[in-house]
Amino acid sequence: MSQKKPEKSIDENDVRLDGRGLNDLRPIKIEVGVLGNADGSAYIEQGKNKILAAVYGPKEAHPKHLAIPDRALLRCRYHMAPFSVEERKSPAPSRREVELSKVIREALEPAVFVEYYPRTSIDLFIEVLQADGGTRGAAITAASLALADAGIPMRGLVAACAAGKVEGRLVLDLNDIEDKGGEADVPLAWMPNLNAITLLQMDGSLTIDEFEQVVNMAVEGCKKIHGLQKETLKAKYVAVKEEVEE
Amino acid sequence: MVRVKQKQIAELVSLGKRLDGRGLTDYREIQLEVGVAGRAEGSARVRLGKTEVMVGTKIELGEPFPDVPDKGVLTVNAELVPLASPTFEPGPPKEDSIELARVVDRGVRESKMIALEELCVEPGKKVFIVFVDVYVLNHDGNLIDASALAALAALLNTKMFKYEVKEGEIKVKPGYTPLPVKNYPIAVTFAKINDKLIVDPWLEEEQVMDARITITTDKDGKICAVQKGGYGHFTTQQILEAAKIAKEKAEELRKLVVKG
Repeated sequence: MSQKKPEKSIDENDVRLDGRGLNDLRPIKIEVGVLGNADGSAYIEQGKNKILAAVYGPKEAHPKHLAIPDRALLRCRYHMAPFSVEERKSPAPSRREVELSKVIREALEPAVFVEYYPRTSIDLFIEVLQADGGTRGAAITAASLALADAGIPMRGLVAACAAGKVEGRLVLDLNDIEDKGGEADVPLAWMPNLNAITLLQMDGSLTIDEFEQVVNMAVEGCKKIHGLQKETLKAKYVAVKEEVEE
Repeated sequence: MVRVKQKQIAELVSLGKRLDGRGLTDYREIQLEVGVAGRAEGSARVRLGKTEVMVGTKIELGEPFPDVPDKGVLTVNAELVPLASPTFEPGPPKEDSIELARVVDRGVRESKMIALEELCVEPGKKVFIVFVDVYVLNHDGNLIDASALAALAALLNTKMFKYEVKEGEIKVKPGYTPLPVKNYPIAVTFAKINDKLIVDPWLEEEQVMDARITITTDKDGKICAVQKGGYGHFTTQQILEAAKIAKEKAEELRKLVVKG
């Protein structure tokens, strides 16, 4: 499984190692309602990323002192399976996972009508089964579908992906090799209904002009992902309807 | 906080004013002292209004990470010690302190502030590890900017012992050298209140804000780290506006720390 870093990630015709153009997303496959016990769930494959998201709730908040009198407590746990990366990852939550759990929660909370369920908790669990760069984006895309699948009222879906700079060129949806070897990575979450950015992070080095282009690229990517999210949700309800009519 | 005050803060911001009389893009008064901890290799204390942060650095010899055998190690940790705020509790680091440490870390790391390749003694075996410990002493808002500024000042203040390698043994020589510093990252944090951006929110403004964004720029005005926080959202225009203001503000702040 060892991946050797090739000399160039992007060739002279702007073709990336996996055959994509600069502005292409990786192939995305999404399913909802994949787990029996959860109130809502979703599974996403984005390139080699494989991620499950499950929602439990709204339910009574435990421990009780955490309950908020005028809204639901949204909790999020982003976790990577020990076998999801090249070197075994300890199952104990790393500092990175704690930070990502926080930013993912903050990316989704603007979308949820938490005020409809005072004193309850909505628990969101994300498990990365296979990681290949851009997992927080794919996790948000799946998690917002899991929330919708749980029937929780939302202002809209949240779509997320990253854009960045690799070998001097601005590219969409970086995979692991591009992320590690690249000059900058900007994960972004976007809510089309509110025209709002709900997650934005960056590491690397970009001029302000490049930053502007990268943000716009990521927003365009999110718009495409949002289209897929809508199709996935609709397809589920069409399937349910057909079942009922039979 | 009382609702009346929350409302007052928000209403003032829509008028372009703030409760403490600052303009929307003004920082509170900043005081900086360096060399405040004698046992540390480098240290600094930053007072940003009533927010107070101390940073100490320690340097030890240790093993490099296997994937970068020829580079020294930089690690940033943040402690929200209970004496700094009635809302801080003792115990293992929680997400707020982890986020704080990681945002400070990202600024230092991504701007390539420290030439880590110069901290390698023997590739794969011995390198210098630079510990940056952020100690929040009084929380009155905008811990990120105060911590990043104090970390920058402490790293500039850090002295490494001189050494030579003789037959695989490390011998300490008299005298000290500064760290190999190549860049000066500065974090500038904005809060969004009533759809307006304000720089350097103090505690009560943080309690009213919808969302927060930190933009770290380096000495060339390039962006090296960004972090959005809080439950609200931003428009693309607001983020680009923030990036431009952050660059200007960072230049002002940098002059306080980097002389000449």
